[in-house]
Amino acid sequence: MVVAVRDVHYAAGGRPIFAGLDLEVRRGRITAIMGPSGTGKTTLLRLITAQIRPERGTVQVFGRDLAALGRREIYGLRRRMGMLFQNGALLTDMDVFENVAFPVREHTNLPEPLIRLLVLTKLQAVGLRGAASLMPGELSGGMARRVALARAIVMDPELLIYDEPFVGLDPISLGVILRLIKHMNEALGITSVVVSHDVQELATIADDSYLLSAGRVAAAGAPAQLRASNSAAVRQFMTGSADGPVPFHYPAPDYATQLLEADEA
Amino acid sequence: MMNLRPSGYLLGGVRRLGAVTLFFARLLIGVVPALARPRLLILQIYNTGARSLIIIMMSGLFVGMVLGLQGYDLLQRFGSEEALGTAAALGLLRELSPVITALLFAGRAGTALASEIGLMRATDQLTAMEIMAVDPMSYVAAPRFLGGVIAMPLLTAIFSMIGLFGAQLVGVQLMRVDRGVFWSQTQGSVDLHDISEGMVKGAVFGVACSLIAVYEGYHAEPTAAGVGLATTRTVVASSVIILLLDYVLTAAFL
Repeated sequence: MVVAVRDVHYAAGGRPIFAGLDLEVRRGRITAIMGPSGTGKTTLLRLITAQIRPERGTVQVFGRDLAALGRREIYGLRRRMGMLFQNGALLTDMDVFENVAFPVREHTNLPEPLIRLLVLTKLQAVGLRGAASLMPGELSGGMARRVALARAIVMDPELLIYDEPFVGLDPISLGVILRLIKHMNEALGITSVVVSHDVQELATIADDSYLLSAGRVAAAGAPAQLRASNSAAVRQFMTGSADGPVPFHYPAPDYATQLLEADEA
Repeated sequence: MMNLRPSGYLLGGVRRLGAVTLFFARLLIGVVPALARPRLLILQIYNTGARSLIIIMMSGLFVGMVLGLQGYDLLQRFGSEEALGTAAALGLLRELSPVITALLFAGRAGTALASEIGLMRATDQLTAMEIMAVDPMSYVAAPRFLGGVIAMPLLTAIFSMIGLFGAQLVGVQLMRVDRGVFWSQTQGSVDLHDISEGMVKGAVFGVACSLIAVYEGYHAEPTAAGVGLATTRTVVASSVIILLLDYVLTAAFL
């Protein structure tokens, strides 16, 4: 078990986000975390990376309870994980090569030739060795995400976290990212957590999947199991229907009454 | 949350003051590892200091020239235009240089710092550093703070120098005050105490301006509007604090 979330409660700005969330990420597997927008997928990642703490319940990463760890130990744990941000989050004042080299320079005293070798290998793995001297502003969205992926794996993490890796990509870039996620998992044995709402894409690579809804896990299992589910909420999400347990309309007063009120005013 | 009651304002103000103080303490802790990265520090001194040079020198020249004109006009009414050097030097060294330099610094370097850090926050760069186990306080905030703190007194000194040259330009070259009298009066009346007053003010303003800029940028809402607001607040807060501190320091030095 790499990540274990037990009975987690969390609220932001008075709005409850999680109410008794339980899930597990098993070693060496790709775990998909799906759910409609606003169900706290990104919040879950912030819990796992110890950026925030749950109000109740525990989050364990690599078998250690995050609540019991100090800042130094949390930094120690983070060196064993990598994270891919939605927009790449590359450092804009350095080029692609330096971005990938950044964690290595910060955490090791490796000689320059070795750093060069390491960075070029990782850039080759994401197909962007030729872009090493470009600045982040010169990259397309898909390329930026691949550079960020190279940076995330440069320290050989055991756990790799992807935050919405497919958002806003063209079909080719999307295919590339999908293949890379699978490749990182199979070739390097990295445990992967992919947070996304792109059901079709995730189904092709995920070993386990969780569907979040209303602050807890609505369904769990292999993607195929989720698709065969009888639950109306799960089916609505997996098939993408506009209306269902997640209503099309944001809560509002009665339509006719409100229109008449507007008329009178 | 907007709170328009006076007690709410007061409470918000106190809370903010506490937050800035805590941030300052964390910044000071971050300064130690930042010193171990001289390359980053030099880059920041270049960004905040060297890049503000033109505006500081231009302003210094014109402020000095105005001082020369006004001072001459005032002093010649009493027939004591030879005191122009003294008036210009003391006015510049003790008051005008640190205050105007700091106000310009807040507008030029402070806003650049706040918007840069705010944008790094908005584009997840600071969070990415956190996840890579690199503390953004010591990698991003501390070198920028330290760069500003080092640059401000230097800019103040340069402002004084250019300003005095400007006053001399108008007083001696244009208004025909005797060159020897101008400089000997200046030399005779300015002592170390006056110079140190200006430098201490410059250093204190440097700490205040850099702290405010880095704090506002670091805590900017991660949106376009949030970064804009952080920049505005940097200039407004810096300007008020500079003038307030100036009174306190002047009173302390007299």
